[in-house]
Amino acid sequence: MAEETLLTDDFVRQLINVGEVDLVVGLCTHNNSKTIEPIVRAIQAGILKCFPRERAAIINADGGSQDGTPKLVTGASIDDVWNASKVYALRTLHAISTTYARTPDPSTALRTILEAADLLRARACVLISPDSTTIEPDWLQHLARPIFYDNFDLVCPIYRRKRSEGVLVRNLLYPMTRSIYGYRVREPYASEFAISSRLASNFLNQEIWKQDWSRMGPEISLTITAVTGKYRIAQSFLGTKVAPGRSTADLVSVMRRTVGALFSSLDVNFPVWSTITGSEPVSTLDGQPEGMPESLRINRKHLRDMFASGVAQLETVFRSILSPPTFSELQRIATLGVGEFNYPADVWAKTVFEFAASYHRSVINRDHILQALVPLYRGRSLTFLLENRDGSVESDETREESLCGEFERLKPYLLEIWGNGK
Amino acid sequence: MRDIVLTELMQAVQQMARDFAHYLPRLVVMLIIAFAGWVIAFLLKLLVRGILRLTKFSKLSENAGATQLLHQAALPSSTELVSRFVFWVAWAGFVLLGVSVLGIAGLQEYISRFFLYLPRLFVAMVILFFGFVGANFFSRAALLAAVNANFRSSRLLSISVRVIISIFALSMVFEVLGVGEQTMLIAFATVFGAVMLGLAIAFGIGGQGLAREFLEKRLVRRQKEEKEDELSPL
Repeated sequence: MAEETLLTDDFVRQLINVGEVDLVVGLCTHNNSKTIEPIVRAIQAGILKCFPRERAAIINADGGSQDGTPKLVTGASIDDVWNASKVYALRTLHAISTTYARTPDPSTALRTILEAADLLRARACVLISPDSTTIEPDWLQHLARPIFYDNFDLVCPIYRRKRSEGVLVRNLLYPMTRSIYGYRVREPYASEFAISSRLASNFLNQEIWKQDWSRMGPEISLTITAVTGKYRIAQSFLGTKVAPGRSTADLVSVMRRTVGALFSSLDVNFPVWSTITGSEPVSTLDGQPEGMPESLRINRKHLRDMFASGVAQLETVFRSILSPPTFSELQRIATLGVGEFNYPADVWAKTVFEFAASYHRSVINRDHILQALVPLYRGRSLTFLLENRDGSVESDETREESLCGEFERLKPYLLEIWGNGK
Repeated sequence: MRDIVLTELMQAVQQMARDFAHYLPRLVVMLIIAFAGWVIAFLLKLLVRGILRLTKFSKLSENAGATQLLHQAALPSSTELVSRFVFWVAWAGFVLLGVSVLGIAGLQEYISRFFLYLPRLFVAMVILFFGFVGANFFSRAALLAAVNANFRSSRLLSISVRVIISIFALSMVFEVLGVGEQTMLIAFATVFGAVMLGLAIAFGIGGQGLAREFLEKRLVRRQKEEKEDELSPL
């Protein structure tokens, strides 16, 4: 276990009462009373159904909820689940909770759960998002089994998603992580995943928590640590995922947590990623990612206007981040109407790489660089919507592969501009 | 008569020669001090330039927007400008020190005033620089926040932030330098008041439509937008 522990004496006492376990299911919460009860029941059902012989504990790391979320986690009765499933656990199922801070901090929350799992000597630790209202008991099996029986160290999820969901993941996080680190992990920023005791222990001992990028986005940093450390990674199909609704203001904070962490990771991992070319597939279990056809009522004109307004208003900012040809191309795209709007994959990949290089060189304040990416992301989202408007799920997949191909093709360009400027 | 004129003339020449002989060593000392001062100031310039390059001062200056401003005014880079400033201040100090050796009555006071003024000049420069840094940082932060919140007059907001911070920094600089303190205070208060009054009038009268649009967007259109699907990034 890491020398500097986060765990309070009271929490350690609770953990000692639990004793050693095989499986820890972690829940990082903050004011999730509306969704948490069915999720806890699904977890309990999953443990009863899939791991009746294993010793298991549900651990909740709470960031100062005011709506009684921790009580709902620890007080959820397993009797209802027993009655419904007619399956009884052979072991006591523990549920304990700790409040790690008065305000939520994803990094501390994850660290608390991993330290607790380490203390309990759990063979696997599964993290479940308190927003995952579509969770099924089988999710636990899909995530934890590859660790128990196939010696994988990290199991990331694959979902069945609506086309309007995961836009940032599909257009930036996945293609860029894949081209940079050379592994095709579909959900590098996973809200549900499973981790082995070996990786968790190393992750805790690496003092990675002291680094900015790890604090910004612990989920993506865990994936990157597993990839760069050559751990065994798998991805498992879970089922339908419905993302929680987010407001426009959240988009900037999402950028910081995901793209900010990814860009920051490039600084420290340069010796690793600079030598990687191409990408290799990751073992995929239980199915392939699926898209759900849906009729969307997105305000396309609004997206186009926000992109065009951003390009016009942030000209001085973009001139210090982007190369003149890329910025000229953006200005041209900004003149297009909604009907013919197209932010091509190669220009998008170049834009992202130039942002990453400018972030590395800190040409302006790093947070300002991330904020400046938001209007451009909106433009790319519009193209993504227009491209996938009438296509089949298969053509979605083809386009996604083509985008990833552009990122991989342009990786030498990133290396070229990395230290030399535009 | 002729002898008397010659004698007086000789005495005057002798006096002048004595005075010159009296001042000559001081003049030599002054020249030596000025030369040594030039050498020290030159070394100081090299040292400052080296330190600024090591600490990537030009990058900070670029981030602050000072480089663009200097470029537009056809001035050298910020690193060069600061090192030249150090050189001239140091050399001027040594020259004045040399002049004081000459013992010219009345000049001593001005020289001591100059040395007392140097710390103020330095503080004023620091305030000016950080004023530029602050104005640039906060105006860009305001611009980005406004653009991402889809605020229509983003650039106006950003420029306003920049102008207000710059005026504030300049008024502080003048106060530190002691240049027209009262005038600057009154000018600052007038300009600041005028800007605020202008904004109030603009929002009150000129910005009726904008205010209506803002309120409609907040209170009325939100209900419509809720019915539309939203893109989820994650």
